Amino acid sequence: MATNFFPSSADMLKFLPETVLTLAGTLLLLVEGFKKERDSRTGVAVFTLLAIVAAMGASVVAYQNPGLAFSKMVISDGFAAFFRVVAYVVGIFTVLCSMNYLEREKAHTGEFYILLLFSLAGQGIMASANELMMVFIGLEVSSIASYILAGYLRDDKRSNESSLKYFLLGSFATAFLLYGVAWIYGMTGSTNLGEIRTALSSGAPSSIMVPAAAALILVGFAFKISAAPFQAWAPDVYQGAPAPVAGFLSAGPKAAAFAIFLRVFLTAFDPLAAKFAPVLWMMALATMIVGNFAALWQNNIKRMLGYSSIAHAGYVLVAVTTHSTMGTAAAMFYLAAYALMNYGAFAIVTHVAGDGEKHVTVDDLKGLSQRQPAVAALLTIFMLSLIGVPLTAGFFGKFYIFKAAIEGKFVWLTALGLLNSAVAAYYYLRVLVVMYMHEPETTEHPEEIPGGVKLTMWVTAAATLVLGMFPGIVLDLANQFALLGK
Amino acid sequence: MNLLDIVLALPLIGFLIMLVLPKGSASTLKNFALGFSVIVFGVSLGLAGAALQRPAAMTWVTDVAWISTPAIRYHVGLDGVSLWLVLLSTFLTPISILLSFSYIKDRVKEFYAFLLLLEFGLIGVFISLDFFLFYVFWEVCLVPMYFLIGIWGHDRRIYAAVKFFIYTMVGSVLMLAAILYLYGKAGTFDYPALLTMMQSGKLTLTHVEETLLFLAFFLAFAIKVPLFPLHTWLPDAHVEAPTAGSVMLAAVMLKMGTYGILRFCLPMFPVAVKENAGWIITLALIGIVYGALVALVQPNMKKLVAYSSVSHLGFVVLGLFCGNQWGLDGAVYQMLNHGISTGALFMLVGFLYERQHSLEIKDYGGVATPAPWLSTVFLVTTLASIGMPALNNFVGEFLVLQGATQANVWWAVIAATGVILSACYMLWMYQRTFYGETPESVAHHVHDMTAREWLCITPLLALMLWMGIYTQTFLPSIGASNKVILDRTQTTSAPLRVAAPVVPAAEAANHGN
Repeated sequence: MATNFFPSSADMLKFLPETVLTLAGTLLLLVEGFKKERDSRTGVAVFTLLAIVAAMGASVVAYQNPGLAFSKMVISDGFAAFFRVVAYVVGIFTVLCSMNYLEREKAHTGEFYILLLFSLAGQGIMASANELMMVFIGLEVSSIASYILAGYLRDDKRSNESSLKYFLLGSFATAFLLYGVAWIYGMTGSTNLGEIRTALSSGAPSSIMVPAAAALILVGFAFKISAAPFQAWAPDVYQGAPAPVAGFLSAGPKAAAFAIFLRVFLTAFDPLAAKFAPVLWMMALATMIVGNFAALWQNNIKRMLGYSSIAHAGYVLVAVTTHSTMGTAAAMFYLAAYALMNYGAFAIVTHVAGDGEKHVTVDDLKGLSQRQPAVAALLTIFMLSLIGVPLTAGFFGKFYIFKAAIEGKFVWLTALGLLNSAVAAYYYLRVLVVMYMHEPETTEHPEEIPGGVKLTMWVTAAATLVLGMFPGIVLDLANQFALLGK
Repeated sequence: MNLLDIVLALPLIGFLIMLVLPKGSASTLKNFALGFSVIVFGVSLGLAGAALQRPAAMTWVTDVAWISTPAIRYHVGLDGVSLWLVLLSTFLTPISILLSFSYIKDRVKEFYAFLLLLEFGLIGVFISLDFFLFYVFWEVCLVPMYFLIGIWGHDRRIYAAVKFFIYTMVGSVLMLAAILYLYGKAGTFDYPALLTMMQSGKLTLTHVEETLLFLAFFLAFAIKVPLFPLHTWLPDAHVEAPTAGSVMLAAVMLKMGTYGILRFCLPMFPVAVKENAGWIITLALIGIVYGALVALVQPNMKKLVAYSSVSHLGFVVLGLFCGNQWGLDGAVYQMLNHGISTGALFMLVGFLYERQHSLEIKDYGGVATPAPWLSTVFLVTTLASIGMPALNNFVGEFLVLQGATQANVWWAVIAATGVILSACYMLWMYQRTFYGETPESVAHHVHDMTAREWLCITPLLALMLWMGIYTQTFLPSIGASNKVILDRTQTTSAPLRVAAPVVPAAEAANHGN
């Protein structure tokens, strides 16, 4: 135990991003109390953006002060910094897309941004947790804020349903996780990842309870990353949540959940790797299959992207299954690429859906290439990237994952996973089909694209293409930061 | 940066310029696309000199690093085979563009932009010497063709476009798995480096590995060829595609598959090739006969030509797996021939369609009366397609049959029936379309060739004659390149050759019967 209870300033630096976000959120909470409902929230949004940018800077500071902090509860390393930045970038896109959206849906209040900041802080904690209790706290901070964000349009039935489902199933999963943590503590006498690893590798508690406890924790994570058979919530939640929030949920919290999943299973449960390989193998395959095949029948585009995000979680699970540094790097690259392309797609959905999100079926995109050629072209880039066509980020994402899988001798998983991505081509292509090969049904003049959405979609598209040609920009970082527990 | 890089980059530059050109003036867009692609063709002719001097080796090589981890290189080069395929692509692109001037009225800009993007992908496929790069170009070709079929095609275009995309995708993901597996073993995507490692014994594959890798590559290529029974996407894609799309698809895109077999499968997996040649040739023979028989009963002209492609491509695959110089030379020659003559056929069918707005043979008849020149040109192309001596297909089919005879005489016998059947279906179609009574609507709508149409078809007619009469221009370089591939096949598999030759041949003959 640390002799000095008060954290040193060096410790504070390692926790700076979360501190910045929490302070900013708290400050906004105070300010919001003095605002009237009709007041403009532009200032709040801009402040939120600045706070997230500051947190990004703080992540760099934290990265430059590597090591453990707060009695080994928090770890600051490249891995944490990587996932913090991914989450923050998604956060910035969310703010940009939400400003106009909330105005349009008449729900523009400051709490949205406050919750977003808290959720991001939670994801930062998840990325940097070195302790099972911190894992739990991070998950809860991130999730509880996310539950409310999903139900932010409180007059909308769908949004309410989304929030309630997310909350009930989410709490259930967290309970599993917590139960697993308790068992682990019971057997190893610690909740610290490093100490658990030492205890497990010395082989002291050899009972069946250890893998069982790890399995309980796995269930908790599997829920958060929407892996089969714990994926059922994802499509409902994404369909009902406000479009910018759905994009956020599919990219930010998911990346953070993968971060903590990777960290726990590569450090604490590293000695159990051989036991879990078949489980992860099955889970990866099942997740890909369930996601892709269910997406084939969807007409609601948000729901389709929900199933698609399940399938993509399956691809990342393939990387996790390899239990290697290369696989970890591939997963990191994939999550970054996925965040970009998927948020881009959701940004466009935000815009195209229109007032009250009325136009969210695939058919509503009919003739989009003629009504709004630029939007259609950008959505094409995102869809091609989600399919995994070369010269897009999505291709390199899949490429690195399956390369890692092949080198880890998971040949069959690779073949099946790649065939899955051919199946996936079908439903992504449907979007291109309706946009380019059908005549527009409405003669309505397209609405002006709000600046924030426009910026988001151009930036994500450009990033998707740049990463598709020069993946080294992100991959080199991922390779460098993937050395967990080594 | 050498001439080959410029030839590769130009279509991409053209594509990007097309994207930013203003939408308004259709004629500017058309003329730009045409002018640009003619320039690309002109520049690409400059490649021939050096490549023809040393056709056995790679010329115009550029080899620079693209991505550091994993080591992916931009490695391109040209030998005697790929030279002709690159020229075929650059030659047919301007013709396809010119051909679409009156046919494409909607979204003109996107149409020509996609044709240029397609050209970029095709050239890339034929010159890539790095597996990763090859895969990238392979997939790049998919996207523009998908849009060409899906946007500008006929009634069932969407079904055809999606089917085309998914079929190709299924094959290519398995190829990607195989490429990754090879990388895992050898640590490089560089094709010449891989070959050297295999020859020097640094990289050895077990029997199972070699078979599975071969099959993964082969499946991707066979879908693209397409080899019976994987051909079902082809008639749909062809029938629904706009004329320019059909021309590019038949003339160049199908060659991606046969080129892939020649360039990668044969030299890398000699043992697997020998062992599997039997059933592959059986499928090729079935394709030859089956394609021809199905073509015979088609009421739709485009479908007829599409099935005739299945039959013709069967010849190419037969030649590739004969395992001798005749067969390989014939196969490559036939790849080019098919590009020229089937491209011309699709074009001519397109001309008819633009006049009568029908592809059904029954809607025509007596076209020779109102359009004598059109029917003459069609006849020449038909004769070329059925392998009339002094025209191009004769040479290729002859060589393939020669090669087949050398390997197993029964293969040649069965394949030869395909030649006979091709005369039946082509001439029968010709008779029903061009001779007989001239219905009112035909007399009214069908006029003779326009100047623009002459401009499109004349180069193809000239090539049919040239390739039929003066094979010296083409064959020596093709032969030299093929010899390198063939030598590699035979030296690497030396230990197995003692026992191997008789068995698969006899087996295949049994299957064939």
